[in-house]
Amino acid sequence: MVQLTLPKNSRMRTGKTWPKPEGATNLRKFRIYRWNPDDGENPRVDTYFVDMDDCGPMVLDALIKIKNEIDPTLTFRRSCREGICGSCAMNIDGINTLACIYGMDEIKGDVRIYPLPHMEVVKDLIPDLTHFYAQHESIMPWLETKSNTPAKEWKQSIEDRAKLDGLYECVMCACCSTACPSYWWNSDRYLGPAALLHAQRWIIDSRDEATGERLDDLEDPFKLYRCHTIMNCTKTCPKGLNPAKAIAEIKKKMVDRHV
Amino acid sequence: MAEAKPVERPLSPHLQVYRPQLTSITSILTRITGNALIVAALLIVWWLVAAALGPEQFATADAVITSWFGDIVMALSLWAIWYHYLAGLRHLYFDAGKGLDIPTAEKLGWVLIFGSVILTVITLWLI
Repeated sequence: MVQLTLPKNSRMRTGKTWPKPEGATNLRKFRIYRWNPDDGENPRVDTYFVDMDDCGPMVLDALIKIKNEIDPTLTFRRSCREGICGSCAMNIDGINTLACIYGMDEIKGDVRIYPLPHMEVVKDLIPDLTHFYAQHESIMPWLETKSNTPAKEWKQSIEDRAKLDGLYECVMCACCSTACPSYWWNSDRYLGPAALLHAQRWIIDSRDEATGERLDDLEDPFKLYRCHTIMNCTKTCPKGLNPAKAIAEIKKKMVDRHV
Repeated sequence: MAEAKPVERPLSPHLQVYRPQLTSITSILTRITGNALIVAALLIVWWLVAAALGPEQFATADAVITSWFGDIVMALSLWAIWYHYLAGLRHLYFDAGKGLDIPTAEKLGWVLIFGSVILTVITLWLI
C-alpha cells in the first residue's frame, strides 16, 4: 500500500557527529544512516569526516576507512570491491548504486548514504533481502527442459546466445527494485524489476522449454503488471542494464500469445 | 539455545531520500493529471445538468465555472488533458517495446512537460 511517510519507529533523528581526523586539510563530510537493533532507539543519521587526501576514490573506500579508523560499529555489506558481487548496494547521494564503483567525485557536497529504500533494515546500511531473493526463486531461475538430456551439452547458436546479453550480467544487487515506486508500494505481490529481468533471461533462452509455464505464472495483475514503465530501474542500474526493456518484452510476449 | 527477542525493524527511507527522477516525476504526473481530470469532468457534468434543470440553477453553475477561480481550474484541466494525452501516447510507444532507453525516455519526458504547456497555451490562444 502507498504510504508516503515513514512509520513511527522508522523516523530518523540527527545522530552523533564523530570527531574530525587530526591534521587533515581536505575533509569531506559524510552523513550516514545508522540503526542498531540492540538499543531500541529510532534510526539516526551520523556525521563523519574523512580525509580525502588519504582515501581511495570510491564511496566504499571511504566507508571502509570510517569503519577502520573512526567507528568500527558502522555496519555494511561489501565483498568484491569491483561491482561484480552486488553486496554494497545502497542509496548514495539520492540514487541506488554500488558503493564500490561509485566515485566520490560524482557527488556534489556532503556524501549522504542510506540503506536501499523501502526495505526492512537489519542494521545500519544492511537491508533484509529475504523477500527479494524469494521473489527471484519464484521465477524459476534455472534451465527447465522436457526433451531428453543430450549426450553432451545443451547447444545454442551464437545468435540465440546473444539474446542473453544485457540480461545475464545482473548481479542481483536490488538497486533497481528498491528504486521502483511501484515496488515500494506493492513489493508483497509485485515481483519488481530484478526478478522480472531474470524471468525474461530464462524466457528468452533458446534452450529453455518452459516458456508457456513461465508466462502463465507471470500473467497476474500484480506480479508483472504493476510495472507502469516508470523506468527508475533502468535509470539507476549500476551495471547499465535495462530491466524496463526486459519487462516490456515479457508484456509483448503476453500479448503475442493471445492474438 | 536462547531465542533472540524479535525486534521491530525500521523501514528504510524512500521518498524522503530518493532524488527526484525525471522518469518517476513524469510517471506520477500522468496519474495526478488523470485523477484531477475527474474533478473537471464532474464540474462540466454539473454545468450541463444545471442547464437542463433551469435558468436559476444554470446561473449558479455558470457563475462558478466562469469565475476567475473556474477559469484557473479549467485552464489547469486543459493542461492536464494535454499532459495526460501525451503521456498516453508515450505509454503506447513504450508498450510497443520502443523508446525504452534512458536518453530517449527522458527526451520524451521533456516533450511531455514542455509539449503539454505549449499545447495548452496554443489552445487557450485559439479559444
